[in-house]
Amino acid sequence: MLEVKNLHASINDKEILRGINLSIKPGEVHAIMGPNGSGKSTLSAVIAGKDEYEVTKGSVILNGEDLADLAPEDRAHKGIFLSFQYPVEIPGVTVTNFIKTAINETRKAKGLEDLPAKDMLKLIREKADLLEIDRKFLSRSLNQGFSGGEKKRNEIFQMAMLEPKLAILDETDSGLDIDALKIVANGVNKLKSKDNAVIVITHYQRLLDYIVPDFVHVLHNGKIVKSGGKELAFELEEKGYDWLK
Amino acid sequence: MNKFTEDDLKKELETKEYEYGFYTDIEADKFPIGLNEEVVIAISKKKNEPDWMTEWRLEAFRVWKEMEEPDWANVNYEKPKFQDISYYSAPIQKKQLDSLDQVDPELLKTFEKLGISIDEQKRLSNVAVDIVIDSVSVATTFKKTLNEKGILFMPISDAIQEHPELVKKYLGTIVPTSDNFYAALNSAVFSDGSFCYIPKGVTCPMELSTYFRINEGGTGQFERTLVIADEGSFVSYLEGCTAPARDENQLHAAVVELIALDDAEIKYSTVQNWYPGDAEGKGGVYNFVTKRGLCEKNAKISWTQVETGSAVTWKYPSCVLKGDNSVGEFYSIAVTNNYQQADTGTKMIHLGKNTKSTIISKGISAGHSQNSYRGLVHVGARAKNARNFSQCDSLLMGNLCGAHTFPYIEAKNKTAQIEHEATTSKIGEDQLFYCNQRGINTEKAIALIVNGFGKEVLNKLPMEFAVEAQKLLEISLEGSVG
Ligand SMILES: Nc1ncnc2c1ncn2[C@@H]1O[C@H](COP(=O)(O)OP(=O)(O)O)[C@@H](O)[C@H]1O
Ligand SMILES: [Mg+2]
Repeated sequence: MLEVKNLHASINDKEILRGINLSIKPGEVHAIMGPNGSGKSTLSAVIAGKDEYEVTKGSVILNGEDLADLAPEDRAHKGIFLSFQYPVEIPGVTVTNFIKTAINETRKAKGLEDLPAKDMLKLIREKADLLEIDRKFLSRSLNQGFSGGEKKRNEIFQMAMLEPKLAILDETDSGLDIDALKIVANGVNKLKSKDNAVIVITHYQRLLDYIVPDFVHVLHNGKIVKSGGKELAFELEEKGYDWLK
Repeated sequence: MNKFTEDDLKKELETKEYEYGFYTDIEADKFPIGLNEEVVIAISKKKNEPDWMTEWRLEAFRVWKEMEEPDWANVNYEKPKFQDISYYSAPIQKKQLDSLDQVDPELLKTFEKLGISIDEQKRLSNVAVDIVIDSVSVATTFKKTLNEKGILFMPISDAIQEHPELVKKYLGTIVPTSDNFYAALNSAVFSDGSFCYIPKGVTCPMELSTYFRINEGGTGQFERTLVIADEGSFVSYLEGCTAPARDENQLHAAVVELIALDDAEIKYSTVQNWYPGDAEGKGGVYNFVTKRGLCEKNAKISWTQVETGSAVTWKYPSCVLKGDNSVGEFYSIAVTNNYQQADTGTKMIHLGKNTKSTIISKGISAGHSQNSYRGLVHVGARAKNARNFSQCDSLLMGNLCGAHTFPYIEAKNKTAQIEHEATTSKIGEDQLFYCNQRGINTEKAIALIVNGFGKEVLNKLPMEFAVEAQKLLEISLEGSVG
């Protein structure tokens, strides 16, 4: 599904990703761990197509298609979803209005009509229930005044609505208490199928108890320095990252 | 990557032509340029006005001659040459029309381009439209329904003929001829506009709407609007404007007077997208408007405006809260792009006890534009327990534009409670990327963010108008991020 080949990327002429290789097949869960500043968020932003980053070498290929020339919204239309580490606020735009726009723009890109309001409402209710989101929450301005946990839950709500092929969860666990973590993990697991894939970026083993990875990669200084199965996460939890440097 | 870079976006914006930049070929009956007493008399004659009206105009003209054009606003422009303007222009066809079939087909085409075909308007909802094209009303609809309720809604020139007692009683009482330079000019030469009277206790059953357009090149436009809501009545009034693209600057100096008698309420909404000039700041409408309303006891006046057009805007819809417990509101979105300049805001004059005012101003600036909010909250000595809340938010796109806030407060009564909040924000790359990542392209994202920013104001507009206003916001800001 996703092939990242020898990916180098820089920002303001500062190289941050230095040759990343990653191969993800449908149905798989990959965890990416690594110390702060190792480039995890940069990798997710580059996959999602953030313009500020310059890809200096290598490529990102989704289902056989090189994404180099695709704008972020086109990538989104092709099924890439990023749950942001720091979701932004959009004052005056409600959670409902935002997701409605996202859904309909994605449908438009596929040549489909807007989703009828009735169906939209039904879908929103269903997914809000899945993530145990209060209805009142849906009419608040996007991320404005949300707690850390609410922001993350809202990200996963959007993911549930958009049903992406490839979801990248960038530190979705940070800011979540254990109950919220379980709800979010449960949501992610319910959405998992043999046709989609998930990249989970985290510092902690904790989340991986609930979203069980098939592979774990350790990112350090813009490179993947070690890959393994889920036991690698336990090892990291015990030993930290220093032994890998 | 083929994603828009900032430069691409800027370029696209610059080449974006005025959506309504067309010009209809209608033969016009136009006065030679210049202004003197003879011209004023000729205008009055042309409209068959009674002597008192002619005198009133002449008095205004004499006052105007002695006045200087004001220059305190935060705008820079070449002063109009008042002797190079033709002060009257009417479509040749002057017959009173009973139905749409009688309207010049060229004109109807124009409306279609504007997306406001009268036909549509008629069916769409209960909106009565009094269309003012180049100074003379050519179509008035829904007159009958209004008649049944005793509501008067007609061109002001008709009102002068048919209801002189009302016009005489109220015209110039809220905005005196000597109020300011442009108001004096308007009083001398106004060619047409709308008149509306709601009788005691009547709730107007439909939104009353006037579309003003500037059509003939080189003509000044001086509409005069007078709305009187008698005791305990209610009316919602919509004013929409669009002008075709022209090279030369066009002067527009309207006067709007609102009178809300005891317990009455007037809601006055404006959507304005006059030609803002091209990307270099050439051309465009000069919009110098005086709008003011008077509230008697327990009365309420709300001004709601969405301003996206004009090269230079100078406009302060105001409320004189004379009666005890009266309420004034001002909700405004002003968008400036390219080289547009807007100096707009409101005056809330608290004279009565327990008077209350709310000011919500949202300025959006892009390109090289300058957007200023100028507001006065005045609390008179007898205005016990007056309250005001003002909020002025500015949204900036790019680094070349400016947003300015000039709040003035004069409180002569110690019990006054005045609150002022102001914020400035910028549409960030991160916000745009977030939207893009959810499949929303940059243009749509800007529209979404801007609409969110202006939501409190858009929510105040009547439904059909809100939709149009949102479309206008999108059109005027397309690709304007930097
Ligand atoms: N806009 C930027 N300009 C300069 N350096 C940046 C920018 N964004 C991120 N970096 C740097 O890139 C490195 C990787 O950051 P990031 O991808 O956020 O790491 P992680 O998510 O693994 O904590 C850090 O050293 C960070 O300081
Ligand atoms: Mg990070």
